[in-house]
Amino acid sequence: MEVNLTLVLVAGALVGCGAYLLLERSLTRVLVGLVLLSNGVNIALLSTGGRAGDAPFYGSTAVDDMSDPLPQAMILTAIVITLATLAFLLAMAHRSWQLTGHDDVQDDTEDARIRRLAVDDATSDSYGLTADGQDDDDPRQEGS
Amino acid sequence: MTITSLVPLPVLLPLLGSGAALMLFRYPKAQRLVSVVVLAAVVVVAAVLLVVVDREGPQVVWLGGWNELGVALVADRLAALMLLVSAIVTLAVLLYSLGQGISDSNRSAPVSIYHPTFLTLVAGVSNAFLAGDLFNLFVSFEILLFASYVLLTLGGTGGRIRAGTIYVVVNALSSMLFLITIAAIYAAVGTLNLAQIAVRLDDLPDSTQLMLHLLLLVTFSIKAAVFPLSLWLPDSYPTAPAPVTAVFAGLLTKVGVYAIIRTETLLFPGGELRTLLMVFAMASMLIGILGAIAQSDMKRLLSFTLVSHIGYMIFGIGLASGAGMAGAVFYVAHHITIQTALFLVVGLIERQAGSTALLRLGGLARLFPLLGVLFFVAGMNLAGIPPLSGFIGKVGLLEAGIADGGAMAWTLVVAGTVTSLLTLYAVAKSWSLAFWRSPQEAHAMAEELAVADGVQTAGSPTVGRRGQVRLDTTSYDAGEVREAGAIVDGDRPDRDLHQRLEDDGMPTRLPVLMTAPAAALVAVSVGITVVAGPLYAYTERASLDLMDRGRYTTAVDEAAR
Repeated sequence: MEVNLTLVLVAGALVGCGAYLLLERSLTRVLVGLVLLSNGVNIALLSTGGRAGDAPFYGSTAVDDMSDPLPQAMILTAIVITLATLAFLLAMAHRSWQLTGHDDVQDDTEDARIRRLAVDDATSDSYGLTADGQDDDDPRQEGS
Repeated sequence: MTITSLVPLPVLLPLLGSGAALMLFRYPKAQRLVSVVVLAAVVVVAAVLLVVVDREGPQVVWLGGWNELGVALVADRLAALMLLVSAIVTLAVLLYSLGQGISDSNRSAPVSIYHPTFLTLVAGVSNAFLAGDLFNLFVSFEILLFASYVLLTLGGTGGRIRAGTIYVVVNALSSMLFLITIAAIYAAVGTLNLAQIAVRLDDLPDSTQLMLHLLLLVTFSIKAAVFPLSLWLPDSYPTAPAPVTAVFAGLLTKVGVYAIIRTETLLFPGGELRTLLMVFAMASMLIGILGAIAQSDMKRLLSFTLVSHIGYMIFGIGLASGAGMAGAVFYVAHHITIQTALFLVVGLIERQAGSTALLRLGGLARLFPLLGVLFFVAGMNLAGIPPLSGFIGKVGLLEAGIADGGAMAWTLVVAGTVTSLLTLYAVAKSWSLAFWRSPQEAHAMAEELAVADGVQTAGSPTVGRRGQVRLDTTSYDAGEVREAGAIVDGDRPDRDLHQRLEDDGMPTRLPVLMTAPAAALVAVSVGITVVAGPLYAYTERASLDLMDRGRYTTAVDEAAR
């Protein structure tokens, strides 16, 4: 199989830039990163079809002269899927902006809480809550 | 019309049902009827398929008559079992969410979207189990992911958008990785049909095979949440509505595990990367369960045990022996039901007591004894207490590990036992905190926490302007204290159990329509113990099929003629 070096290089560059943008905090930049990444991946898919040839219509040209239609079909599918994903992400970025005034990916507050809890465990009263909350045998006296 | 015509039905029925449900959005009753009928039909079809496949070997359909060039759907023993279990679980979850929709008068969630999306999710999951083609597998992942994006961000509240962002970006990235893998495999062997890839891969140089193998494993490990690639899961699952979390936790990760089983048996048999798999299996088990122990919220705790128990399945796969594979398949079937059941029960707790934070709960055993029984049975099953099905699954895996006899396998046997015990500890902790102390004790403990630590609880400086949480390691746990302060402060709307009881603000009766499906699923997970003999024999036959990949490739080949 012949491989087109230009396509491979372009795909590599796009994927690289996309990966870099994915590391950003702003959802809009992540979105642009995904656009670049998906274009790069699609070009990589295109390069797997080998040498470009005639349009693959049955009967119009000899089979050996045709392009491989399968990667192109796969790229079309991938483009549709990426389009939908991007539209959804865009809607989420907008919603996030509506709610918080920015579209930055937020840290998980619960996570940070647990980490703090771990640091404090030895000294604070919360130790009793996480380590031995069941060692009491008071008569139950709740009303309803 | 032959019996093979049944094979596409688990995909077709939910897809058509989804369309019908979407058209019926003005008629909620008709919509519910369509969803229930469709999913019940899928259960029947899956059961018939299971019997047929077990008797007559793999059933293959080449769609559209494009033999050898087209897309094949393959139902072998493994796929049929997965289909049946997932159909039962999704039906139970749907009934539960119907119960929730009927019992809760608040209609803020866009219910008209819920049913079509849920059915699409089921179609995607079924398609993933049946896919005999790598690109078809990619498409089914996308179908189920898209449905899951919508379900996860249902209502678009702040918490769900935050969780959804992480989930969507991680999964979009893994989809890109999958496409790169597909491109590499197509470039290497010129086909994407799994059976054909299996035959042609052997001609490739070892290094190329290794690269393709690793690419596939990384892609599927993100979906399956194997340890270093699992960090997205506990962040994104717990905020979703209870039935959604339940079905995600039960099914979506198992689709990833299923894909790993396929890759390891069909494409790359021989267990070349077994050490690697076992190392990550151990990491998933131990780190997952240690994470679970640290949590103070039941939903998050369960999400971490999910990551941890994925490790058991990867362990079975990593053994690359018939016994290991049989154990892994049994464990997948057990874990789908038990994890979903537990999340449904926790959803009930959340609905009744208003929270899943262990800080706020107490005394549930007296208030809702049935809930206590359900949680206890499901929790013990997860931990693997005999004679429940979790015990049988773990014993199967541990026996397979001992039979293997290698140093790595023995290490994992030990790690598996430790994980099982730690799971018991984690479940028992939430059981005793939520069910056995009195609400007053819980309230007093929260009060104490607020008074002891909280001098400066005002404001919320922890979340910065740009969303980063500042981690001030030298100070007290501000979040916990704020939470405790909120509980003590009587004016807050989200009161803890003690305060609610004092105001008589507690719903005292369990909603039957929600409890029944949850109880049914717990019963199914216990029922797995009853049918464990035949079921384990079935998974052993399935693993024989898997270990002898010739059966799969010949069946696909013959169907093409």
